[in-house]
Amino acid sequence: MFRLEKRPQPSRVFAYLTPVLAVIATMFAGGLLFAALGKNPVEAIRTIFWDPLFGEFAFYYRPQLLVKGGPLILIAIGLSLGFRAGIWNIGAEGQYIVGAICGAAVALAFYPLDAWYIFPLMILAGALGGMLWAMIPALLKVKFGTNEILVSLMLVYVAENLLASMALGLLKNPEGHGFPGSRNLKEYPSAYNEPILVLDRIPEPDTCSGISGLFECARSGSYNVVADFSSGMHWGVLTAFIAVIFAYVLLNRHMLGFSIRLTGEAPRAARFSGVSPTRIILFCLGISGMMAGLAGMFEVSGPSGQVSIDFNVGYGFTAIIVAFLGRLHPIGILLAGLLMALTYIGGEIAQGNLGLPSAAIQLFQGMLLFFLLAVDMLTNYRIRLVKREAA
Amino acid sequence: MDLSSITPALLLASLMVAATPILLAGIGELVVERAGVLNLGVEGMMITGAIFGFAATIETGSPLVGFAAAAAGGALLSLLFALLTQIALANQVASGLALTLFGLGLSSLLGQDYVGLKPTPTPSFNIPLLSDIPFLGHVLFSHDLMVYFGLGLVAAVWALLKYSRAGLILRAVGENHDAAHALGYKVVRIRILAIMFGGACAGLGGSYISLIRVPQWTEGMTSGAGWIALALVVFASWKPGRVLLGAWLFGGVTVLQLNLQAAGLAIPVEYLSMSPYLITILVLVIMSADKSRAPASLGRIFHASG
Repeated sequence: MFRLEKRPQPSRVFAYLTPVLAVIATMFAGGLLFAALGKNPVEAIRTIFWDPLFGEFAFYYRPQLLVKGGPLILIAIGLSLGFRAGIWNIGAEGQYIVGAICGAAVALAFYPLDAWYIFPLMILAGALGGMLWAMIPALLKVKFGTNEILVSLMLVYVAENLLASMALGLLKNPEGHGFPGSRNLKEYPSAYNEPILVLDRIPEPDTCSGISGLFECARSGSYNVVADFSSGMHWGVLTAFIAVIFAYVLLNRHMLGFSIRLTGEAPRAARFSGVSPTRIILFCLGISGMMAGLAGMFEVSGPSGQVSIDFNVGYGFTAIIVAFLGRLHPIGILLAGLLMALTYIGGEIAQGNLGLPSAAIQLFQGMLLFFLLAVDMLTNYRIRLVKREAA
Repeated sequence: MDLSSITPALLLASLMVAATPILLAGIGELVVERAGVLNLGVEGMMITGAIFGFAATIETGSPLVGFAAAAAGGALLSLLFALLTQIALANQVASGLALTLFGLGLSSLLGQDYVGLKPTPTPSFNIPLLSDIPFLGHVLFSHDLMVYFGLGLVAAVWALLKYSRAGLILRAVGENHDAAHALGYKVVRIRILAIMFGGACAGLGGSYISLIRVPQWTEGMTSGAGWIALALVVFASWKPGRVLLGAWLFGGVTVLQLNLQAAGLAIPVEYLSMSPYLITILVLVIMSADKSRAPASLGRIFHASG
């Protein structure tokens, strides 16, 4: 018989150890899952966690780590501020979509003008769009006490419908031969969120375009074609790194950050010490919406390139896992975001090489959150073996 | 636009059908929340139920087996949530979200081989005599069994909560778990049972979508119904009777917007599809003025220290 005993102080050791434990546990459970699907579990785990970093085509995948990790980190940083204060914005997916729509709309309004100020304006529009979308649950919560979880989530579905209507209507490419989707912003230099820190750019021959063509070229020995993929660094990734630093400073060195933490850990004490719950709610939801909006804007102007019906791929939801996996700590989120990006990329490789269904990776990510929450108990509680006492 | 194609009797009849999934999931969640547990994983449990029910019906050819499998699947998934929140004392909001993400992944994995198949149709059950009443007969008494089951369940939960000893204990656990514990009630055990009941109901609700309402399997087909069910509980101020009212309201909005889409109203389809979610928000705003009725221990972690 065992009993849980509350620790007087959360264990520092386990605070660092639990995410690692959770990842290991998920690897084991994931291995079982993959075995059940008739795949070699060791090979599958290796494909997901090892190949993108050190495998044959790692030169291509490593930059992808930043491309996928950037939005996850950016969104998760924003969410973590609210989560710390007990404010649950789970509609980041919607704010991400709206940010993308607003950013792209600005670009398309200026098309085909060539000017330096277009991209900064798009950033502004994306940030504002996401923030305003998050302000809906924030204001409703402040004004009427409406549950922000449900409202922010309902707004995801609204945003998805809005996205569809934009891709099919207002923002549709007039020269797109009737296909849904906007103009491709990659072909509009003033609006293109192009890779920065390009390592060495060499024009890519037509024969090597696309991933499969690229691999063909790589196999035949002309490796230089990969240069265009550069470092994977784009303005969004840079923004994510800045957000990490910003959040770190805010939480550790600023009064507002202290108020946020206090609100989450001891709401009554926070109220007595004069922290305004209204301000915290508006700030946390606003900033998380802004960051999600920025992530969406950088995605639509960069890696994705256009407003299309299937633009959103669930970053807003995966970022929730990232935030928890990083223990709501900025540095932790940075690492967790990269790890989650790894599972995305590794999952894609496993899909191609082993025929692992994409849903298996989604399940894998969900499992990670489960294990994390389960082992998290060890941080706050101690397990004691006790003899059953006579009742 | 041809609004004359919308007939009231047909509209009301399909309202009953559209309301059933969220009614089932909502009444289940109501019991969970009355026990003081906030399970945000309804969407995950619904979609899991949807694929469990669908797969079981395809494999056995019997919708009845399908519904049973759906309830079992939902309950099984909710057991994971129960373990996390009641045994491992994890945060309920985070665990519920985890359950939803997990359920969505699980269902699309299980559902890969079932895309495009047609399940055995569930026979509709015309109540003799009553279904012959003009208008009302068509609206109320000529549905499949699950519609009646949902209505019966609401009545049963209502009566149980209000008049039975078990209902009293459940409410005590939800209002003040420390007091209930001091009186000797097994708080954790009662909550786990409530969570599993909620899971089974959500599973049933999900399978109603995949087996009757649509009926086929597509990924993410519950599209927010689980979240609407959660909103329904708030709307109902944690009262079973009002869950029924709310379900009809949401069902009505859904059916109406679908009918307007079909009638070719001059509003783009996407904006009409938004309406159930917008109405949900609106209703939440109206209802959230009254906070007093939420179970007092809702969402709080119970740890018997001592």
